[in-house]
Parts: sequence; C-alpha cells; structure tokens
Amino acid sequence: MYTFSSRLKTFAFILMALGILGMAYGFYMAPKTIADVEAILDKEAAEHHGSHDGAEAHTTTNETHTTTAVAQTETGHHRENDATMSDAVHVDTIAITPMADGHHDAQVVTDVTTTTHSEAAGSKHEAHDAHADHEKHLEHVLHQLQNKPWAALYIACIFLMLISLGVLAFYAIQQVAQAGWSPVLFRVMQGITAYLPVGSVVFFILLVLTGLHFNHLFVWMVDGVDVVGHENYDAIVANKVGYLNVPAWLIRAAIFLIGWNLYQIYSRKNCLLQDDATDNLYYKKNFNISAMFLVFFIVTESIMSWDWIMSVDPHWYSTLFGWYVFASFFVSGITVIALVTLYMKSRGFLEYVNTSHIHDLAKFMFGISVFWTYLWFSQFMLIWYSNIPEEVTYFITRIEDYNLPFFGMVVMNFVFPVLILINTDFKRLSWIIAMAGIIILLGHYVDFFMMIMPATVGDRWFIGIPEISSLIFFIGLFIFVVFTAMTKSPLLPKRHPLIEESKHFHY
Amino acid sequence: MSSNKVIYAIYNDDDILMDAVKQTRAAHHHIEEVFTPFPVHGLDKAMGLAPTRLAICSFIYGLIGLSFATWMMNFIMIQDWPMDIGGKPSFSYIENMPSFVPIMFEMTVFFAAHLMVITFYMRSRLWPFKQAENPDVRTTDDHFLMEVSVNNNEEELIAFFQNTGAVEVKVIEKH
Repeated sequence: MYTFSSRLKTFAFILMALGILGMAYGFYMAPKTIADVEAILDKEAAEHHGSHDGAEAHTTTNETHTTTAVAQTETGHHRENDATMSDAVHVDTIAITPMADGHHDAQVVTDVTTTTHSEAAGSKHEAHDAHADHEKHLEHVLHQLQNKPWAALYIACIFLMLISLGVLAFYAIQQVAQAGWSPVLFRVMQGITAYLPVGSVVFFILLVLTGLHFNHLFVWMVDGVDVVGHENYDAIVANKVGYLNVPAWLIRAAIFLIGWNLYQIYSRKNCLLQDDATDNLYYKKNFNISAMFLVFFIVTESIMSWDWIMSVDPHWYSTLFGWYVFASFFVSGITVIALVTLYMKSRGFLEYVNTSHIHDLAKFMFGISVFWTYLWFSQFMLIWYSNIPEEVTYFITRIEDYNLPFFGMVVMNFVFPVLILINTDFKRLSWIIAMAGIIILLGHYVDFFMMIMPATVGDRWFIGIPEISSLIFFIGLFIFVVFTAMTKSPLLPKRHPLIEESKHFHY
Repeated sequence: MSSNKVIYAIYNDDDILMDAVKQTRAAHHHIEEVFTPFPVHGLDKAMGLAPTRLAICSFIYGLIGLSFATWMMNFIMIQDWPMDIGGKPSFSYIENMPSFVPIMFEMTVFFAAHLMVITFYMRSRLWPFKQAENPDVRTTDDHFLMEVSVNNNEEELIAFFQNTGAVEVKVIEKH
C-alpha cells in the first residue's frame, strides 16, 4: 500500500493555494469597462513612443490617423465578409501596429484629402463612423482581455482532464491488447485516471458557466448570432446553429464525461474484485468493457475536440483535428504515467517495475510524439499548401501573433524527444525520462494554449500570472487527487492473468 | 599448439545450448562460433558479444539523407531556377520548406534503411554468390552447433562438452 507523503501533500496544497490566489488576481486585473481598455491602450501607445525615439515623428502622424485607418480597413472587411471575432482580431492587429510602408501612409493621406475636399456634412458622417468603429475596437479588445483569465483557466482545466483521459485510453488499450508488460502499472494508471471524475466535474462547471455567458470564450454563443439583421448576426455560424447551440453542447458534454467516468469507475472496481476472485470473470468483464469503451471513446473524442476546442474558431474546420487533439493528450498521458511511475519507484513502492517497463513507456512517449508531429504537420502543411483564405487564417493568426510558441512547441514536442529518446540506453535512465517528460508536457500545454488562445484573446496573449496560476492550481489538484487515490488500493493487482509475465518482464 | 583443430559440440535444444554456452564461458574455453537455425534470444549476451552499432550507422545515414534532400531541394528549387510555381514562395528555403518536408522525410528513411542494410551485408559478408559456411547442414534445420578451438586439450574438451548435454561431439581439422 502506498502512503501519501506529507511533503508531497503540502506541496500540492501550496500549488493549489498559489493557483487560486493567482487566478483571483487574474480575474481582478481584467478590465471591466471600455474606459479601462482605453487607458491600457493609451499606456501601451505611450510605452511604444518611449522605445522608438527615432520613429516618433512617424508614429505620431500615424497615431492621429489611426482611427481613420481602422475605419478604412474594418469597413472594407465588413463588406466582403461578415465580421467575426477571429477575423476582426487579424484586421485590428494590422491597424494597431504602426506600419511604415508607404502604401498604408498613402492610403491614409488620400483618405484625409478626400475628406477635406468633400462637403462638411459628409466629413461629419465619416468622423462619426470612425468614432463608432473605434468604440467597436475598444469593445473587442475588452472582450479579449476579459477572456484572458477565463481562457487560461479553460486551457489548464481541459489539459489536465484530458491527460487523465489519455491515461484511461492507454489503460483500456493495454487491457484489450492483453499486454504482458503493463499489468504491474495498472494501479498507477488507475490512480492517475482517478483525476478524471474530479476534473470532469470542474470542467463541466466551467462549461456551464461559459454557456451562461460568464465569458466570451465561444463566439458562437453570442446572443443574436443566428438572428438575421441582428448586429451580431453571422451567416456562417447561423448555418451551424443546429449543432453549435448551448443546450446540445452541454448535453453532449455530459454524455461524454459520464461515459468516460463510468468506464473509469467500473474498470477499477472490476480490477479490485479480480484480486479476491476465484476465477477470471472480472478480468473478462474488464476486457469487454474496455473494448466497448474504446469504441465509445474514439467517437466521443472526435466530437469532444470539435465541441470544446475547434468551436472556439467556428469559422474554421479541419477533418483530422480530432486525431490531432487525441495524439496531443495521449502522449501527455503516457508521459504522466512514466513520471508518476518513476516517482513511485524512487520512493520504493513499485517492487516489480524495472527499467524494461520504463523503457517501454519511453518508447511510447517517443512514438506518439512523432505521431503527434505527423498530424500537426499534416494539418499545417495541407492548409499552408492549398492556402484557401477561409481556412488559412487559422495559421496566419498563429504564425503572426504567436510565432515563438507556435514553432517552439514543435521543437519541444518533436525535435527534443526525437533526439533524446531515440537512444535505447537513454530510455532506461530515470533522469532522461523525467527531463524529456517535463519538456513534452510543457510542449503539449503550449499546444493546447495554441488551440484556444488565438481565438479567445488574439494578440493579447501572454504566459503570465493568470496562465501559470491556473496551470499550477490544476497540477496541485491533480497531484492531490492522484496520490490520494493511489493510497486506496494495493499497488500490485493480485490475480490478473498476466501479472506474473509482467513481473518478470524483461526487454 | 599450431593445430587447426576445432570441436563441434552439437545440441538439439536451445535451452541446453544456452547452458552449455554459459558453462563454456565460465570454463574459459574460447567459443569460435555458434550456429543456430533461428535466433536464440539472449545468446549474444551469453556469449559476451559486443552490442551492434548498426543503429548508430543508420542514424548517421539518416542525417546524410536529410542533408542531401535539403541540399538538393535548395539547389534546384531556390538557387538554380527559383520559378514561381502556383504562387509558392521560392525566395528562401525556409519559406517553401513545408512542401519539401515529404521529400526530406523519405530521403532520410531511404538513406537510413538502405545504407544500413548494405552495411549489414558488408559487415556480415553476405552477397549473392557467396559460398555457404555450414559446418553441418542440420544447423539450418533443428540442431545447434558450438565451435570451440582446441589448444592441445582435446581429451579435456571432449569430456567437458559431453557433460554439457551435447548430442554429438566431433573434433574437426579445419583447413
């Protein structure tokens, strides 16, 4: 039996406490009104002046014309395409950044001249328009900044919950494949998946709050998005309302979460019953429910990825997205199994786990990292290659506003594990696995960050206090729940038909 | 001392062979070669053979393949004739890199696999018209043969191998 070390427990509580404080700070610091946003933007503009003394003259000129420029670009854009959050993000970025190219200046100048030459009434009208658009821009930035702590919370919450789901999927595969090496790790996996019920509840509450308009994470939830003539009307989203509507979205979420949790609970229960059984009935039951779970899982996982992740960009879709998300949390799950196993082993609790078991986990970490990269690249390259405007905006916003995290995560999730974990001897060294595992987990956090942030906060992103606090809060909760669950049952299944083979597993 | 005599100890079970190999090593007799009809798991470790370095070769070959593909695509598509093909940016390698990745990947695999196989053939001296080196035809079917050099201790060795469960112990003059 495992005993939860009091130091680790304290550590988990500290993480949770710090996380809550940081999250509260994040929500407190988010701007409440348009006036706050205006102040923030003015401050940013002032800072910008300070840092570019040489270009000051030019920037000032640009500053005076900013509103006009915004009006120009935005109205133009509205005309050709119904403006949406994500589209507007892109346009606004261009408008805010002081651009030095002659074309832009010329456009502004021409515009100004036209205004001067036109009659007074017309000029007044234009100014009014510009003012309205400026207000619109402020409101847009306000939404982005208000989204920031929510998005940070959402990402950390879904990331940790999906990690335990990834472990559950791995566990089910091991059962169905009748793997001979992994039964000694089953109790570790069950401990990690014990986070799933807790994580699901927290996540579902977050979804309900989102559905009740506590935040603007999902633009398709905005009122009037499907009402013709409404200021929020969006023809593209309106066509998807049959699928993307809050009640259906919450019902689907409830079905998925309940289904996964039922498997988690029953498979653990059967595994414990098998310990004291006289026949293999519970083992066979577990085999059957695992097979059924995997079928359920692969369907629900796909839909889950559309509902909870892809729909933050409701104008964009990708067919392999579900697989991509799966690969991301599956490899993170396997990595967490490896890290928890190493920790438990180092505390002397896993007698029968040897370097061959670790080696196998490391091979999975390596292989699924490559699989993730394959899907990431397939998605990216197909869209980059065909360059269809309606789908390529997804990557343009990411490359322009998130250049370092976007490409940095490929280095962390692919280049690094490939170079480190390709060596057989390295896959048996605890410190290498721990190091590679931490990099992989951080990389996949950034991956989820990249899926959610660009659509919710746009170019206003930063990995600061709200993001880090949300992450450490859920890590603390994860550690607490997982290691508490680990104390509830013996760490070695007793009568599992493959347990002897697993104990003597040697590669 | 200068005789070319060797002992052929023949076994009909891989477990007995493994035990015999361990005993022979423990008795410090030099094992020249072991012939088996199929891979015997752990035999190389029991014989104390050095691990293979083929994987390292393969990794290096893969890097060569990757470099070759990069150089080739850069020279053809960017340096030599940077043509606008369907609007793909050919101003620098990095701008058009995603479209080169499939080639870079395949070249890496191609070089890594083929050069490694050729290395294997060369290192294990295998080629189409090579003279087969079977000491006993049964070793390709169901018998295992351990070859140990004789250093004026013929009687001792014969007795030793008969005790290791060999079904047959032969002394052969090698040419």
